[in-house]
Amino acid sequence: MTATDLDALYQEIILDHYKHPHGKGLRDAHPDHTAEVHHVNPTCGDEVTLRVHLRDGLVEDVSYDALGCSISQASASVLYDLVVGKSVDDAMAIHEEFLTLMQGKGTVEPDEDVLEDGIAFAGVAKFPARVKCALLSWMAWKDATARAIDGSIAGDGEK
Amino acid sequence: MVSTGAATGLPGLLPELAVIRKDFPILERTLAGGLPLVYLDSANTSQKPQVVIDTMVDHLERHNANIARAMHQLGAESTEAFETARDKVAAFIGAPERDEVIFTKNASEALNLVANTLAWKGDRQVGPGDEVVITEMEHHSNIVPWQLLTQRTGATLRWFGLTDDGRLDLSAIDELITERTKVVSLTWVSNMLGTINPIAEITRKAHAVGAIVVVDASQAAPQLPIDLAAMPAEERPDLVAFTGHKVVGPTGIGVLWGSRAVLDALPPFLGGGEMIETVRMEASTYAGIPHKFEAGTPPIVEAIGLGAAVEYLGHVGMEAIHAHEQAITAYALDGLRTVPGLTVLGPLDAASRGGAISFELDGVHPHDIAQVLDSRGIAVRAGHHCAKPAHARFGVQSSTRMSSYLYTEPREIDALVEALEYTRSYFKLD
Repeated sequence: MTATDLDALYQEIILDHYKHPHGKGLRDAHPDHTAEVHHVNPTCGDEVTLRVHLRDGLVEDVSYDALGCSISQASASVLYDLVVGKSVDDAMAIHEEFLTLMQGKGTVEPDEDVLEDGIAFAGVAKFPARVKCALLSWMAWKDATARAIDGSIAGDGEK
Repeated sequence: MVSTGAATGLPGLLPELAVIRKDFPILERTLAGGLPLVYLDSANTSQKPQVVIDTMVDHLERHNANIARAMHQLGAESTEAFETARDKVAAFIGAPERDEVIFTKNASEALNLVANTLAWKGDRQVGPGDEVVITEMEHHSNIVPWQLLTQRTGATLRWFGLTDDGRLDLSAIDELITERTKVVSLTWVSNMLGTINPIAEITRKAHAVGAIVVVDASQAAPQLPIDLAAMPAEERPDLVAFTGHKVVGPTGIGVLWGSRAVLDALPPFLGGGEMIETVRMEASTYAGIPHKFEAGTPPIVEAIGLGAAVEYLGHVGMEAIHAHEQAITAYALDGLRTVPGLTVLGPLDAASRGGAISFELDGVHPHDIAQVLDSRGIAVRAGHHCAKPAHARFGVQSSTRMSSYLYTEPREIDALVEALEYTRSYFKLD
């Protein structure tokens, strides 16, 4: 890759979220509506522990503790911004949109109205080795949300 | 930033370094944007000299046939080339006997061969109450097979811990290696910390209690002169594993050397063609070593390529390569020390370590470092290097690793140090 590619990968927005992550830290909530998962990226060792707190069909909070590169950290921060306060259905739709962007190999034009700061990850989609970094917390969120809906208690969702 | 001027005269460098570099065609290629390649990932896999490439192509073009069974000229030529490769590998490690050299797929398969056959009925069988001792600095391939062995047999897995400066903590050696110990398995040179372990001392201790010693030489074989026959028997490991692709050979070929006494005592590993003496429907008898452990058509051209590779290293001279690695490693340790916020994991003196240097840089994740370095043509490894327990010991999740080899020049270390400075500025650490 060249210096230009590097700048496409590390958008200012991504570096800002990395330095000042939103919503970071694990928070307690009413256990009836909470699920916690722990996901690992086995190739690099990046890890996230993520809790989803649902109330009345809304994503009340997403709290997380993550170890990893700037892409994975920034992605968790953007996830927090995008899904907290949304209905579960809307949040799942945003998840789909982000997944489509990341799996598009750089050919998908992101919709800023839906993905907001998430559009900065369009450059990441061109680097197959980094796509899984960007998706780590998103996959954890989807898993945790499914568990919370199922009413399963805080689980050992290790993957 | 390190000055480049004096570096070319670094004592210990291979005198013919420019010529050596010409032997490796990949070093001449450029990367995206026309950048020259700075390859500092040789502990991951080494580059290949032209002679290895040519030997493999020549075999495929002119001599290809299956070995040990084809009753025709090509079969004879192929068999001879394959067995000559075994001779070359035996010479490379100073094996007491050439038949003690077993070809495997890689070092992992070699280690798994040992860990599996030790679980099965035989003179060396491991069972409940027995203990297997490893270390906290092992590559996963020298941890997981022993976990599987001990879990399957009811034996107990124990391990040496590490000191803060990344060496084996030998203070508890008398409690760890006891009459219950059946196997001690450890790496000669750590792939993460670079530490060179005291194989002779530990082997003597293990032999005194009747245990066998297995050595993972994946990082040692590329850079240390090894002469097994010259080692006193009480200090010579019983089994030594390494992989071909780290000693300028191809992938798909590894080596297990074992003393005849131990290899004869282990039951066969994989059953199939070539490993038998005779087969009846009720039962079979087995070939002697090395064929006993080489079931099926082996990676023929890979073995021949490996033969050419170790012969090449022998011509350059392993003493000279070791001196070169030490000179480059010392130069790199000096250079890395100048980067603010950088911490090297493992011993800080080049004399007691190998050429892989893992480090942390405050405020930047290893993946991000590797990505920025890649944008400047510098190839390093980032992650846990298949040594998660060793990383956990030092409280880190992952690290960045530079690793040199006989073709590494001081100016490449300069480029690394400069790129690390650039990485710090890219992530606005100043």
